[in-house]
Amino acid sequence: MNVVLAKNETGRALSESFAVARDRLPGGGKVAEARNTAFEAYERVGLPHRRLEEWKYTDLRALMREVLPLAAAPDAAALKQAAAAVKLQAIKGARRLVLVDGVFAPKLSELEGLEKGVTVRTLRDVLETGDAALQTQLFTPDNANPMVALNSAMMTDGVVIEIANGVVLKQPLQVIHVASGATSAAMFTRSLLRLGKDTGVTLVESYIAAEGAKAYQAHDSMIVAIGDNSRLDHVRLVEDGRDAFNISSAVITLGAHAHFNTFGMTSGAAVSRYQATITFAGEGSRVETNGVNLLNGRQHADTTLFMDHAVPHCASREVFRAVADDRGHSVFQGRIIVRPDAQKTDAKMMTRALLLSDDAEADNKPELEIFADDVTCGHGATTGALDESLLFYLRARGLSEKEAQALLIQAFVGEAIESIVNDDLRELAIAAAQRWLEARA
Amino acid sequence: MSLLEVKDLKVRVEEREILHGLTLTVNPGEVHAIMGPNGSGKSTLSHVIAGKPGYEVTDGQILFRGEDLLEMDPDERAAKGVFLAFQYPVEIPGVATMNFLRTALNAQRKARGESEFSTPDFLKKVREVAKSLNIPQDMLKRGVNVGFSGGEKKRNEILQMALFEPAVCILDEMDSGLDIDALRIAADGVNALRSPDRAMVVITHYQRLLNYIVPDFVHVMSKGRVVKSGGKDLALELEASGYTQFEDAA
Repeated sequence: MNVVLAKNETGRALSESFAVARDRLPGGGKVAEARNTAFEAYERVGLPHRRLEEWKYTDLRALMREVLPLAAAPDAAALKQAAAAVKLQAIKGARRLVLVDGVFAPKLSELEGLEKGVTVRTLRDVLETGDAALQTQLFTPDNANPMVALNSAMMTDGVVIEIANGVVLKQPLQVIHVASGATSAAMFTRSLLRLGKDTGVTLVESYIAAEGAKAYQAHDSMIVAIGDNSRLDHVRLVEDGRDAFNISSAVITLGAHAHFNTFGMTSGAAVSRYQATITFAGEGSRVETNGVNLLNGRQHADTTLFMDHAVPHCASREVFRAVADDRGHSVFQGRIIVRPDAQKTDAKMMTRALLLSDDAEADNKPELEIFADDVTCGHGATTGALDESLLFYLRARGLSEKEAQALLIQAFVGEAIESIVNDDLRELAIAAAQRWLEARA
Repeated sequence: MSLLEVKDLKVRVEEREILHGLTLTVNPGEVHAIMGPNGSGKSTLSHVIAGKPGYEVTDGQILFRGEDLLEMDPDERAAKGVFLAFQYPVEIPGVATMNFLRTALNAQRKARGESEFSTPDFLKKVREVAKSLNIPQDMLKRGVNVGFSGGEKKRNEILQMALFEPAVCILDEMDSGLDIDALRIAADGVNALRSPDRAMVVITHYQRLLNYIVPDFVHVMSKGRVVKSGGKDLALELEASGYTQFEDAA
């Protein structure tokens, strides 16, 4: 392959990394070709930078100082470290699927006794031996986005889950990404969840690090297809190590009369970006997305959502709450497109940011593009500090400054957390928020 | 030793002096009423005692059991036993009343080196107090003061007073916005908390409240000073003659 060098050193290092890793990456033939195409697409732009409108607030050329080598498969010591970290994320009755340093870890996962109509395979397996249709689906995310393209080129493992028509899972599926942190490394993962018709699934994704992990980079992507009359409840918690990078992309497509309820919270990682495209492909469907950023120190977290109302009679609700302390930097970009045929669309977006220090920053960019004439669309945004009169009231009742702030911050993010339907998952999110609050006290 | 001593207190807000040397001594078991026209500095006094930011004390002192209150943060004052019942209790959406009460009570107990209340003990105590104040359980599940009527907000203040068992209670315009029935319920709640160890400072514009909470002492404030002190009859005198005479005197 004729590797076109990207324009800076980071990009060059990545090119070399790909050249070295290529032979170790799973899949030959068409898969290898698709990887090459993706890498070429990545190299045309290189690492995204602030002059690209979509990356205006998250300049990876400035933020990503070095590219780490591809992570090695975890050894026994790394698995042991990871197992300890996974314990803290345990949810009663959930089926756990664990990726350690970007590689599926069967020993930490629960694959026995899968419900009828549920199949779980590793990405590696599908890329090496899977059928062509599934392989093609794994390469559907748009290479126009450089970080998606890079992920397509480098993806090494992940989970591929298929739910047959009519299957309603009572217990959540939990995918945990753990960085053992034994060496500084990058992992590239991709997962797929395909829900047939009339199904119901709850999916939790957690990103964590083992105790004392060295700096690492997690590059993840997720492809979700929700069939007609199906419902997916989704919770995503980013609690990566404080030196870590997390660049994740998701592509979600809904059939007709489907329902997608998603909650995401970022309290970890030094730099993170979650970019999701949600497409309504069938009429009568509904999406609720709720997001929270809890940032301090010099944390940077970017959530970029693209809601594509392609068909009529669908509804979407986006709620986002950002809390930034110290020099924390929160970014929310919410684009809603209502295509010409998508009459009777009902789309709303509301974002609120709470700044706890003079140096904290919250950028908020709503973009509404409406091409249909019979729709209800709206957005609103507020930014402010904690209300002094509320703080005084609480302090006059005996709460210290930090305790009073913590109570008001909990209330601020509570509205988003309350959107989580499953009690155990809501508790998991509350516990994650609590860990952030205690760490700042 | 007096419970609360305000000595020659001078207070400014943004370059403007509001209190020009105010003195007040409150002993355990006493109920003091502070009356005065709007703008006389009554609320400023209550805010400064509680430690609200934005006030600059330029002279004088406030001692609580002989300790310098002005050196303490608002939460330290609360833990020591100073309680301000707000004229306008704030609404705190998203913070359940029950959670707020438990957090506050345990914060105060912790600051005093006392053990925290267990959940069952706490719930029992709150339910008892709520019942005596005619506060429905449903109200305790809602956000602090969210959607409460004026009377409910004041009752919630008294509920906290009963729960925290402070040594000195400052009631800032407790009667504002209350109809006569709501006022009676609130006053009954306050009277139930009168005790030989506890003092109350009742700040009010109108004499009406003092028919329900009968004070031992009445002080008239005008233009940032106490201009006259007396027994409970002074309030009746004021009702008849108004504040004008004192405005001239000050």
